[in-house]
Amino acid sequence: MDFTDAQIQRYSRHIILPEVGGKGQKKLSRAKVLIIGAGGLGSPAALYLAAAGVGTIGLMDGDVVDLSNLQRQILHTTATVGTPKVESGRHMLAALNPDVTVKIYQANISADNIMRFLPDYDIILDGSDNFPTRFLVNDACYFAKKTLISGSIFRFEGQLTTIKPHEGYPCYRCLYPEPPPAGLVPNCQEAGVLGVLAGTIGVLQATEAIKEILGIGETLADRLLIYDALEMKFRKVSRPKDSACPLCGAHPTIKDLSGDYAVTCTI
Amino acid sequence: MIKVRIPTPLRPLTKGQGEVEAKGSSIEEIITNLDQTHPGLRGRLCDEKGELRRFVNIYVNEEDIRFLKGKETALKDGDEVSIVPAIAGGR
Repeated sequence: MDFTDAQIQRYSRHIILPEVGGKGQKKLSRAKVLIIGAGGLGSPAALYLAAAGVGTIGLMDGDVVDLSNLQRQILHTTATVGTPKVESGRHMLAALNPDVTVKIYQANISADNIMRFLPDYDIILDGSDNFPTRFLVNDACYFAKKTLISGSIFRFEGQLTTIKPHEGYPCYRCLYPEPPPAGLVPNCQEAGVLGVLAGTIGVLQATEAIKEILGIGETLADRLLIYDALEMKFRKVSRPKDSACPLCGAHPTIKDLSGDYAVTCTI
Repeated sequence: MIKVRIPTPLRPLTKGQGEVEAKGSSIEEIITNLDQTHPGLRGRLCDEKGELRRFVNIYVNEEDIRFLKGKETALKDGDEVSIVPAIAGGR
């Protein structure tokens, strides 16, 4: 399908980049990205992916917009407080770029439903807010052979990595074999987070997703990026494949999603 | 002296400092010395058996010590040690 004049104008700053061009822009328009969590990370990621012309964006979130979300969740507005986040998000993305097909799933992801959604997408963005979901998404993406862009934030600090064990790279469990037991580290709403930090990491997730779609630049699949907002410092550390990984190692013990992924976060 | 980077979740133990200095020629020695100057730090990094917790990584420069010699990984002057726990926030 050829671009219309309006589309050529809309994406002109992409199209004039030799690394993108008309060909790259077509790749973006054919790409399908599922965003898990329409919150702090999912908001800026979804906005930039929609602006970039990613053809299909899936938004998955079971929550409704709360006033306390607006400090960082820029998909939502004061007017949409009380409405489902996925509805609010779809409205915002459609207003930004009507070219984009927005699919919404008003549900929390679980071992029972995740495999139904993954086959429809090329790339998954994890913007969830708890460890069990992060391990579930990692394991499911491994089984479904989907590239996962994982971002996480805590107070003033963020982490980012690309996970694609189906291309020989390590999985999330190679990096962190097990989640912390409930109660040992604060997560969810109890910790506090600098709002703009969600923007920094979410936009970096969108950057990596776009690079994966276009096949340009250096992958972050064998590195972990660590960002400290207070010191304004970015660091990259190596992220090797663990031959003893319980999921993607030589003798895996996790062979399906029947394990315990219950969200134990208590506030 | 070895520079040790302290992540946000552990900064309450270092009076908010993001970087501390410690003596030691291995990670084990660094942890022992840090636990004396910042009591409680060992318990956050290691379990009851003394093993590094499975959701905390320690890097020497850019390398994860689990893929080197674990806590016995040797250190030399000028090395930078980073403690990097898993974080899960996103919403």
